Amino acid sequence: MKKLPKVPVVIVGMGWAGGIIASELTKAGVEVVGLERGKDRQTKDYMMGHDELRYQHRAELMQDLSKETITHRNNEKMKALPMRSYGTFIVGDGVGGAGSHWNGQTYRFLPYDFEIKSLTEKKYGKNKIKPEYLLQDWGLTYDEMEPYYDTFEKMAGISGETVELYGKRSNPYPTGPMLKTPVLEEFEEATKNLGYSPYMIPSANLSEAYENPDGIKRSACQYCAYCENFGCEYGAKSDPVVTVIPVAKQTGNLDLRTHSNVIRVLNDGKKATGVVYADTITGEEFEQPADIVVLTSYVFNNVRLLLNSKIGTPYNPKTGKGTIGKNYAYQVSAGESTLFFDDKEYNLYGGAGALGIEIPDYTGDNFDHKDLNFLHGAGIRTTQYGDRPIANNPIPSGTPSWGADFKKQSIKYANSTFKVKSQGASLPHKDNYLDLDPTYKDEYGMPLLRMTYDYTEQDKELVKYMSKITKKIAEEIGADHIETQEEQAPFNVNKDTNTHNTGGVIMGADPETSAVNTYLQMWDADNVFVIGASAFPHNSCFNPTGTLGALSYRASEGILKYIDKPGSLV
Amino acid sequence: MADKRKDTNEVVDSTKRRFIKNSGLTVGGLVLGGALGGLVSVNTGSKTNSEEVTGTPKADSNPNAALMFFTPDQHQITEAAAERIYPEDDLGPGAKDLDVAIYIDHQLASPWGGNDKAYMSGPFHKPEPTQGPQIKVLRKNLFLLGIKGLNDYSNKHYDSEFIELEGDDQDDILKEFESGKVNLHPGVTSDHFFTMLRTLTIEGAYADPMYGGNKDMQGWKMRKFPGSYMSLTEEIQKDSFVELEPQSLKDHMGH
Ligand SMILES: Cc1cc2nc3c(=O)[nH]c(=O)nc-3n(C[C@H](O)[C@H](O)[C@H](O)COP(=O)(O)OP(=O)(O)OC[C@H]3O[C@@H](n4cnc5c(N)ncnc54)[C@H](O)[C@@H]3O)c2cc1C
Ligand code: SF4
Repeated sequence: MKKLPKVPVVIVGMGWAGGIIASELTKAGVEVVGLERGKDRQTKDYMMGHDELRYQHRAELMQDLSKETITHRNNEKMKALPMRSYGTFIVGDGVGGAGSHWNGQTYRFLPYDFEIKSLTEKKYGKNKIKPEYLLQDWGLTYDEMEPYYDTFEKMAGISGETVELYGKRSNPYPTGPMLKTPVLEEFEEATKNLGYSPYMIPSANLSEAYENPDGIKRSACQYCAYCENFGCEYGAKSDPVVTVIPVAKQTGNLDLRTHSNVIRVLNDGKKATGVVYADTITGEEFEQPADIVVLTSYVFNNVRLLLNSKIGTPYNPKTGKGTIGKNYAYQVSAGESTLFFDDKEYNLYGGAGALGIEIPDYTGDNFDHKDLNFLHGAGIRTTQYGDRPIANNPIPSGTPSWGADFKKQSIKYANSTFKVKSQGASLPHKDNYLDLDPTYKDEYGMPLLRMTYDYTEQDKELVKYMSKITKKIAEEIGADHIETQEEQAPFNVNKDTNTHNTGGVIMGADPETSAVNTYLQMWDADNVFVIGASAFPHNSCFNPTGTLGALSYRASEGILKYIDKPGSLV
Repeated sequence: MADKRKDTNEVVDSTKRRFIKNSGLTVGGLVLGGALGGLVSVNTGSKTNSEEVTGTPKADSNPNAALMFFTPDQHQITEAAAERIYPEDDLGPGAKDLDVAIYIDHQLASPWGGNDKAYMSGPFHKPEPTQGPQIKVLRKNLFLLGIKGLNDYSNKHYDSEFIELEGDDQDDILKEFESGKVNLHPGVTSDHFFTMLRTLTIEGAYADPMYGGNKDMQGWKMRKFPGSYMSLTEEIQKDSFVELEPQSLKDHMGH
């Protein structure tokens, strides 16, 4: 294996987290090697981007599952089997990562999230949190996070409006909220009638042209409808490729190596010494020594690389000891109500990935949980992404899924259906975790990540509760026919649709219960930083990227401090 | 020319067809004539009524509308089955006239048909319902097993080729296949094939026409989907429905 000259910093994965670290370090004059397993990308690649089949259904921008995937089982009694094709979890691949094909809904988590354990116990007593739910504080407060959120939002140009019920903001959103469409107006009116306080979802699809503090100029969103699962042909959707990566490239300090798949992190038991990676085109393997190793390879590979490299202690669900793989969490999306209109047609063929409206009233602890058997809450929302025809064939239940009736009904309702949806928080449970699969391997012969996960009692109760709210709102809007999904079915690795995975390398103030400190520096190897939603001790009811982006800014500050003065940052 | 020949050869009354079938002279319902190759056309179907198929031949200049994977009889079965999934009605064409079977042919010929981006390492265990399919058979082979299965089932239970059956009978067979009751091959049940048939049919009706289906964007027109527009900022704000003339990716070429 060829050994390359040592470098100060090597970054594994060039999505949002890797891009932010690269731009912050290179701007400060640090030389950085960025290793990315996929290809390089640019805005003009998407001239043929309005191709639903290629980008959405054939997963053009996503990880090639023939090379690696995850295995899943709902509980320890089952044998975990590989997710062979998509599927849920459409993990990114290539420069920009999933930040190229994401929707762009860019939230902050609540002050409640960061101190969830203390605040819950304070308000509802010590016994409110059942022992099998491994809730813990994050080790820092919302107020400490606020400046990093602010930096992330300014870099990306987030479009939105201030929400009273959420954490205090030092500045308004850099750009105003997205346009309101008739469908969103109907949600707005109905929720106001019911006494809620609707707001436009904060969006990384720019509502107006914007220049960010790095001098990057981007144009406004055209509501083209090819957004979620697609790259933006305008550069209007914030993507590492049109924001942080060009900034890093321009410094001359970024050595970006694409088609470079990291296989393991080399270490001497105390510190990392570098990484081994393979050129995915030739198969040749290289050793890249480095002073600092930064893992930004998404939740799954952050965990898998640590386990395959024997860094940190794997979580053991029997003893509760160990941290790597612990507190894996997802999100609950059941509980929605669908409205069918017989004589109304909306221009639903247009839209954007982050075009939507939501109420804050049932998020976090913004409603009383004293008599409820679940904690946290959900964002109740209506969105307009653009209803592309292969993916959207709404039919009232009872309609066959093919044949004459299917065709008639799906066409009748193609422009006459929308949903009041619920996106609920997911709290960690001792039986939900990530480890290495004993059987299945990736193309380099390394064990795949095994996920042991199912929705918990808490999740199911939350869904039941929220389904009543979505129904109430749907009824207030009024439609010819309303259908509500009242129960959360078991987790299904090929059906459930969202890629909001969190945990596995969680942050905290205590090395016994967390893997990284609040700079996302590993307790067990202080020159390893593990950055991403893998650091979240639980998952909130909001999309994760705003928070992992903010944490990436905090981590880059930590890395710069470490370069000046090696050692633990806390 | 070619179209004309096809039309004359399609006009076969059922008694004669049955006779020829029994004497072993048909392939997938098509009568074998002298110039075998010339008989085959992408527009053949299960029509047995001569009045329906005579008339002016369509001027079809699309060189993409030819087979790269199926044999002609496989194509016919696919066309007939897809038409039941997405039938012609007063809203507009069904799968057959949208060239869905051409779309399916092209997909199965593509790397996707060979499971290029799917995880294919063993072992292949029987999954729980929450774990997604665990099938070793490649998509293209699963599909061929499926359409062969349809025809075998039809011959066994109806004493007829699948493409010659009445729509209701075809539906009954498809329902059997949907339920997974039919074994296509050791360890391969028909539900996996059916799911693929259904999905591919919908894709073929609505994917960009460059893939071979959604002929003349008629799939989009039926549901008033505009295809690919660079900006929809104005339209989404309107209270009333704005119907746009659809555009396909071809309109973006050369920009
Ligand atoms: C369809 C979709 C819609 C989404 N919508 C939203 C949304 O609206 N709002 C929101 O907040 N979040 C959304 N998300 C989630 C969001 O995309 C992720 O949270 C975010 O992109 C994660 O950033 P990351 O840098 O941690 O990881 P990624 O963006 O996944 O980047 C990781 C990078 O690491 C590379 N990599 C992985 N392993 C290796 C290796 N071994 N060697 C080298 N390189 C490697 C990958 O190729 C990838 O480029 C969405 C996700 C999807 C899939
Ligand atoms: S909807 Fe807007 S942000 Fe999304 S891809 Fe289209 S133009 Fe870009």
